[in-house]
Amino acid sequence: MSDNETKKCSIVVFSGDMDKIMGAFIIATTAAAMDMETSIFFTFWGLQAVKKKVKTGRGLFGRMLGFMFGDIDTIGPSKMNFGGIGRWMFKKMMKDQDVTTLPELRQMAIDLGIKLLPCQMSMDVMEIDADDLIDEMEDPVGAATYVLEAQQADITLFV
Amino acid sequence: MDQVTTKTLDARGLKCPMPVVKTKQAIDTIEIDEVLEVLATDPGSMADITAWCKSTGNELLNMEKGEGVFKFHIRRVK
Repeated sequence: MSDNETKKCSIVVFSGDMDKIMGAFIIATTAAAMDMETSIFFTFWGLQAVKKKVKTGRGLFGRMLGFMFGDIDTIGPSKMNFGGIGRWMFKKMMKDQDVTTLPELRQMAIDLGIKLLPCQMSMDVMEIDADDLIDEMEDPVGAATYVLEAQQADITLFV
Repeated sequence: MDQVTTKTLDARGLKCPMPVVKTKQAIDTIEIDEVLEVLATDPGSMADITAWCKSTGNELLNMEKGEGVFKFHIRRVK
């Protein structure tokens, strides 16, 4: 629990799936709207949610990974993606229901002052540079920064 | 209680989490003790606006269900 009156919410986004990241941003924006100090730590596949639409990677494997990586608008759902058809279907179904899109949710998170933290180690492994990530990101951090955030948090989630 | 609405937020057509997020942004634009009116069509907003008020400490003066529209009056407390 935090010491002062302000409650805190700390979320880890590990998944690179459209549906899971959507859940994370919905909870995060709601927590921020409920006056919670909110942070999201993006690690491993989750970095796709905060990547610019640029090619990443330096070596062979890094570039291969960069070739397969999308940005927030091109990632697919965790189930029934069927090589992109599922992504198209879900986006259409959500649009028909006027559900807020994933890019809009991320922008809302930024507007609400949610702290977005990228994982340094994942960036090293995947050969993603800080410049490859959206400008609103904080500086890259490690697990200890997250653990400190989580220690002080009233809500912690791992997505 | 005097219930002069200072501002109306039209959240009709918006789905979760937007009615709550927009309510938060709207309440920040009015002064303490002023009243925000929120119009929403999302049935989940009945529970969600109530929960939002409970969490943020703002006062839900009333909520009513009209013709497919939910109407809330919220007094900014802090």
